[in-house]
Amino acid sequence: MADTGLVETLLRRLEKADDGVDSLQVSSGLGVDHQLIVGAVKSLQALGDVISAELRSSKHWELTGEGAEIAEQGSHEARVFSSVPPEGLPQSELMKLSFGKIGFSKAMSNKWIRVDKAHEGGPRIFRAVESIEDQVREKLLLLQKGDSQLEEKEKNELKKRKLLSEVTVKSYWITKGSSFSTSVTKQETELTPEMIANDRVQDLRKEDTEKPPPIKGDESKVEDSVLKAGQDKTTGGSWKEKKFKPYNFEAMGVAPDCGHLHPLMKVRTQFRQIFLEMGFTEMPTNNFIESSFWNFDSLFQPQQHPARDQHDTFFLSDPALAHEFPQDYLERVKKVHSEGGFGSQGYKYDWKTEEAQKNILRTHTTAVSARMLYKLAQQEKFTPVKYFSIDRVFRNETLDATHLAEFHQIEGVVADYGLTLGDLMGVLHQFFTKLGITKLRFKPAYNPYTEPSMEVFSYHEGLKKWVEVGNSGVFRPEMLLPMGLPEDVSVIAWGLSLERPTMIKYGINNIRELVGHKVNLQMVYDSPICRLDS
Amino acid sequence: MPTVGVKRDLLFKALGRTYTDEEFDELCFEFGLELDEITSEKEIISREQGDSKASGASDVILYKIDVPANRYDLLCLEGLVRGLQVFKNKMEAPRYRRVSPASGEPQKLFITKETAAVRPYAVAAVLRNLTFTQERYDSFIELQEKLHQNVCRKRSLVAIGTHDLDTISGPFTYTAKPPRDISFRPLNQTKEYTATQLMSLYKTDSHLRHYLHIIEDKPVYPVIYDSNGIVLSMPPIINGDHSKITLKTKNVFIECTATDLTKAKIVLDMMVTMFSEYCSQPFTVEEAEVVYPDGKTCKYPELAYRKEKLSSEFINRKVGINESTEKIAQLLTRMCLRSQATGVGDEIEVEIPPTRSDVIHACDIMEDAAMAYGFNNITRTTPRTYTVANQFPLNKLTELLRQDLAAAGFTEALNFALCSQEDIADKLGKKISETKAVHISNPKTAEFQVARTTLLPGLLKTIAANRKMPLPLKLFEISDVVLKDETKDVGARNSRRFCAVYYNKSPGFEVIHGVLDRTMQLLEVKSVRGEGYHIQAADDSTFFPGRCAEIFVHGKSVGRLGVLHPDVINRFELTMPCSAVEMDIEPFLGHTAEISLTHDVPMQEVVKHKFPTQDGSSFCPASTKTVFGDMSTAAGLKALNEFLADRSYIEGFMASQADTAVFNAIPSTPSATFCHLLRWYNHIKSFQRERTSLPAAKSQSDDEAESAEAARVKEQRLAEYAAKKSKKPALIAKSSILLDVKPWDDETDMGKLEECVRSVAMDGLLWGQSKLLPVGYGIKKLQIGCVVEDDKVGTDLLEEAITAFEEYVQSVDVAAFNKI
Repeated sequence: MADTGLVETLLRRLEKADDGVDSLQVSSGLGVDHQLIVGAVKSLQALGDVISAELRSSKHWELTGEGAEIAEQGSHEARVFSSVPPEGLPQSELMKLSFGKIGFSKAMSNKWIRVDKAHEGGPRIFRAVESIEDQVREKLLLLQKGDSQLEEKEKNELKKRKLLSEVTVKSYWITKGSSFSTSVTKQETELTPEMIANDRVQDLRKEDTEKPPPIKGDESKVEDSVLKAGQDKTTGGSWKEKKFKPYNFEAMGVAPDCGHLHPLMKVRTQFRQIFLEMGFTEMPTNNFIESSFWNFDSLFQPQQHPARDQHDTFFLSDPALAHEFPQDYLERVKKVHSEGGFGSQGYKYDWKTEEAQKNILRTHTTAVSARMLYKLAQQEKFTPVKYFSIDRVFRNETLDATHLAEFHQIEGVVADYGLTLGDLMGVLHQFFTKLGITKLRFKPAYNPYTEPSMEVFSYHEGLKKWVEVGNSGVFRPEMLLPMGLPEDVSVIAWGLSLERPTMIKYGINNIRELVGHKVNLQMVYDSPICRLDS
Repeated sequence: MPTVGVKRDLLFKALGRTYTDEEFDELCFEFGLELDEITSEKEIISREQGDSKASGASDVILYKIDVPANRYDLLCLEGLVRGLQVFKNKMEAPRYRRVSPASGEPQKLFITKETAAVRPYAVAAVLRNLTFTQERYDSFIELQEKLHQNVCRKRSLVAIGTHDLDTISGPFTYTAKPPRDISFRPLNQTKEYTATQLMSLYKTDSHLRHYLHIIEDKPVYPVIYDSNGIVLSMPPIINGDHSKITLKTKNVFIECTATDLTKAKIVLDMMVTMFSEYCSQPFTVEEAEVVYPDGKTCKYPELAYRKEKLSSEFINRKVGINESTEKIAQLLTRMCLRSQATGVGDEIEVEIPPTRSDVIHACDIMEDAAMAYGFNNITRTTPRTYTVANQFPLNKLTELLRQDLAAAGFTEALNFALCSQEDIADKLGKKISETKAVHISNPKTAEFQVARTTLLPGLLKTIAANRKMPLPLKLFEISDVVLKDETKDVGARNSRRFCAVYYNKSPGFEVIHGVLDRTMQLLEVKSVRGEGYHIQAADDSTFFPGRCAEIFVHGKSVGRLGVLHPDVINRFELTMPCSAVEMDIEPFLGHTAEISLTHDVPMQEVVKHKFPTQDGSSFCPASTKTVFGDMSTAAGLKALNEFLADRSYIEGFMASQADTAVFNAIPSTPSATFCHLLRWYNHIKSFQRERTSLPAAKSQSDDEAESAEAARVKEQRLAEYAAKKSKKPALIAKSSILLDVKPWDDETDMGKLEECVRSVAMDGLLWGQSKLLPVGYGIKKLQIGCVVEDDKVGTDLLEEAITAFEEYVQSVDVAAFNKI
C-alpha cells in the first residue's frame, strides 16, 4: 500500500480539478518523485472505481550532463575563445584546460582562433575574430527553458554531440471514478471472525463464557437477548464498511493434505463393482500357492503341456509337494487324462500323481474356480452360481515394459443348466458394455480347458482396429464331469488382465511405473477417479 | 501359439485366388487363425542382423500366421491350404489311405529291449514316388521343425527322422547303445564322430544344444541302423548324413521315436497326410511294420478314421442356434469332419480324420460346427441364471479399510508378492529360517526367490524409489503374504496384512501409533487391555531397541509397531528415521469368513424372535392331547391349527419330541383348510428318520432344574473369577503431572522453594525431575514433574499442599497432565 498521506493529497487535488490531473504535474507540484505518485495511482486503482487513470506517454528533450554544463558555462569552443587573451596563449597551456582539446578543434573550424606554429616558444593561439556568438549555449538555454522552437535538424545535431537526449515519460491522466471519494479506507485481505461478529453477539459470547449457566426462570431473558441480537445483526458486522482486496483467480489453490488409493486398486474396485452389479459372488482367492493338481490337472491340462514347463511356471522347493487331495476325484481326473471317459478319448498318456502333487505359484485364478466348482458339485443338489475373482497370478516369464512375473487376473464364471455359446457372448456383451466397450467380436481360439474357446476383440476407435480384450470359453466336460457336476450343466467363463485396462485408462506405458516399488508416487497422487464407462 | 510362415504368392496360387491383406486377415479371423505379420525374409534378416546382412536376401512377401496350439494339421502350407479350401467349400477333404507295397514285403523296423531305458517307442512309414521341389522340400523340413517344437515338446516326447529310402536297406533296427559304441557321420558333417564326441560337439550348437539334455545322462543312447549297419539317426539329436533327403529323393522313410506312443502316432500321421499329396498316387502312404521286443507287430501309419454319432439338437442346444440336421452336417463337413444325417431322428454321423487329433470329445465337434456357422453370426442371449451376489468377506473388509486409511492421509502402495530372501530376512535383521517363507525352486533372478512374509520391505523399497518426493511420506498396503502352514493341503497359506510406514525427519512413532488407534477405531476394537487392544514393549531386531511394541487384541498378538532400526533403514538405502506398523487383519473378520456357496431360501424358516412363553395360554406341553382334544376330531385339529398360526413348532424354535408326539397323534394328513397345521405337518414330516432323534421335549420341571443348575454353575464361576481377580495385582491407574510453581518475586530463594515442594510427601506420590524457567523481570518459576496414583493423590490435594508454603510460593499451576 502506498503512503496513505500521498493518496489522500492526490485525491484532494483531483477533487478540486475540473476534469482531471496529470500525474507528472502532481509530482512536480508536490515536489515528490513521480514513481511515488504512480504507486498511489496503482493502489487507488486496486480499490475499484475510485479513480480512473489513463496511461499516457510523452516525449521531450532533456539536456545531458554535458549539455547542462554547456548551458551554464558556455560551449567548449566559446570557453576556449574566451580563455585566449589578445596577446595569445601557448597551445600547450590551452590543452591543459578540461575543455581545451574539444573546444580547440571546434573553435578552429569556426575560425574563431588561429595558430601561429612558427611562434618562438612553441605554437601559440591567437583570437581570429573580435567577438563570438555562442549559439550552442543559446540553443541549449532555450531548450532548458522548455522553449522548443528549435528545428529538428538542430536538435539532432545537438543529440549527436551528446548534449541532448530524448526522454519518454509515462504518466497517468487521472480522472474521478464512478465511486470517487476522498476518504479511502485500507483494503482488507481476508474476512475475519471479528468482522463477521456483531457487537451484540460478541457481548453475548462473553456473557456465555463468564456467567454461570442460567438458572431456571432466567431462560426467557436469554431468549430475549438472543432475539435482540438477531435484530442487531442488520446493523452490526464491520465487514460491511470494509473494502476487500480482490482475489487472483488465476492462481492455483492449495493442494489438500490427503492420502490416495493406488490406481490399479481403483480400477479393481470398479471391476468388483461391475461383477457385483451383475449378481456375481466373489471367490476366495487368497491362496497364491496351489498344487499342480488344482492348477492344471483338474482343468484337463495334460502333464506335458508347455505351460507346465519350468520356463513358464514357478515351482516351489519348500513346501515342494501338496499332500492332500479328494482321492476319488483324483482317480477320476487320472482316468480322464490317461484313458478318457465321460465321452472323451482322453490324452492317453501315463498320468502321474507325483506331477500333480508339485506345488506352484498359481498361474491363473481358474485354479480357484476349479476348487469352487468341485465344491459346488459336492452339494446335494446343484444350484446355479455366478462367481468372479480378481487377484494375483504368477508366470515365470521374461519381463518387459508390459509383462511382469505377477499380475492380476479378472475372471468371471457362470454355471447353470443349458447355457449356450450365445449366452456366453451375451454375458460378455453386458460385462464389456459396463466398461464402455460395446463393439465386440469373437475369434475361435484354443485353450486346453475350454471348448469352444473364444478370444474377445473390441473395436478400438483410436487405433481404428480390433484389439484383443479378453479370453473366454465353455469349460470342457472332461473338467466338469469328473468333479461330479450334472451332465447338462454348462459352465461359461472369461478372463482378462487388470493391468492392461488400467494402463490404457491412466496412459501408463511402462508397467513398472504402475505396479511394484518403482511406482511413481506423483502419478498415484495425481490419478483421477476411475470411471470405466466414460 | 505356433506361428507358421508361408510365402504369400504360393499360398494364393494354392488357394486359387488372391486376397487383399485385409480380406485374408478376415478369412483367418473366421477360421480361428491370426494373420500376425506381413513381412519378407529380407525384412526379418535386416531387423535381426542389420541391413548389411539383408542385402541379397529374398523380398518375397511372407505371411506369418498364428495357428491354435492343438491344430497340428495347419502347421504347413499344405495343411493350411487344405483346411481353408475345405472351409470355403472349394474342395472336399482328401481321404488318406494306407497301402501295402506294390511288390514284396513292407519295410520293417525292429525295436530292441535296450530302448526301454531311454526312448521305448518307434513308428515308421514310407512315402513312395514323391516329387520334391525346392518349396516342397523347405516346407517338409519346416513342418518337422514345427512339430518338434509343439506336439513333440522340443523332441522330448517324439523325434522325427526322415531318410532317402534308396540309400539304405531294411530291415531296420532301433536299439540303444552306450555312447562310445555309437559312431557315424552326422548330418552335414564331413567325418565320423562317436556319440560322446557329438554331445560335446553340439554343446555349442545354437540349435541342437537344447535337445542334448534329453539323453545326455542316460547310460545308453537310442540309435537306428539299417541292415548294413549304417546309422539312420541318433534320436532325438541328429540324423546320419548318409541317408539325408535331397531334392532328388523319391522314396522317403519316416521314423518317429518317442517316449509317448500316442503322440508318436499323431506326429507320423501328420507328416504323411501332409506330404502324401506329392506322391505319384496322392494321399496314399505305404505301410511299415514295427516289431516290438516281445515280438508283437504293428503296422503304421495308423491313419485311423473314427466315427462319432451325435444329435443336431445337442449342437443347437450347446451353441444356441437352431439349424437343421442337414445344415449342421454341412457345417461340420466344411471343418474336414465329413458328416451326414443318419436318418435316425436328428442323428449325425461324424467322421474324424487322422489329421484332426484335436477332436477328442463331442464338444470339439460342437465347436467346429459353431466356427463353420460363424461365432459372430450367433445371436447373443442373456442367461436367466438368477443369483444373489456376495463379496468375499476378507476382501470386503479390505476394501472398506483401504478407503478409510487413504482418508487418514496414507497413500496406497502395491508391491510384488515375490521378492528376494534378502528383502524379508537379512535386510530386516532376521534369519531366513525364522520367516516361515515358501521358497521358489526355479527363479530366473533373485527377485523371485521367495514369496513375501511381510509387507514392510515392499513399502520401504517404494519409499527408496520415491526419495525425491516431498516429506513426510506416508504409505500403506493391505495385501497378502504367504506363510508355510502344515495344516493346509498345499502346506502354505496366505495371510492378509495391513502395513503402514511413516518416513520423515523425525521417526513419528506417534503418527504410526495414531494409525493403529484409528484402525482399531474403524474395526470397533476399544483401547482396553483384555477385551480390547493394547500395545506392550517387545524386542524385535527390525526395530530400534526400546522403540518396538507388540499389538495385542483380546490377549492375542496380531502384529508390531515401532521405530525402524537404523541398520534396516540403511539397508533399504534410506536416510531418514522411519516408523512402521504391520498387523494381521484376518482376526477382525468375525463369523463371516466362510463364503456360502448358494443363496437358496432356507428350507427351514429361521425364527429369530423369541418364542412366546406359556403365560396367557392354557396350553401345557405335558398334556398336549388333552388341551388340543382328540386329534381325530376336527375341533382338535382346529385348536392345533390356531395354536400354530404364529408358531413354527410346538415348543421353542427347534423341532423336538413335542412335535413328534403331536405329529404321531394325527391320524392322516390334515386338510388344506388348516393351513398352519398343514405347513407344520409337512415340515415335521420332512424330518422322517430324524424324528426319533429330535431333542427331548422340555417339561416345566426340567426347565426349573436346569435353571437352578445354571444358576449354581454361574455362581461358582463368578466365585472362581473373583478369586482369580483378587490374586492378580489390580492395575493401578497412574498419571504424570508437570507443575509450574511461581515464587513471589526475583528474590525468593528458588532452592528453598524446591526443597519445600519436594518435602511434600504423600502415599502414591513420586517427585521427578525439575528445572527453573525464566518468567520475566528476572523471575524464574520452578517446573517440576511427579507421578501420582490417581486413586490416592489428586491435583487439588497437591496444589493445596504446595501453596501452604506461603512465604515462597505465590501460585501453583498444572502445566501438563498425562495418564500413564
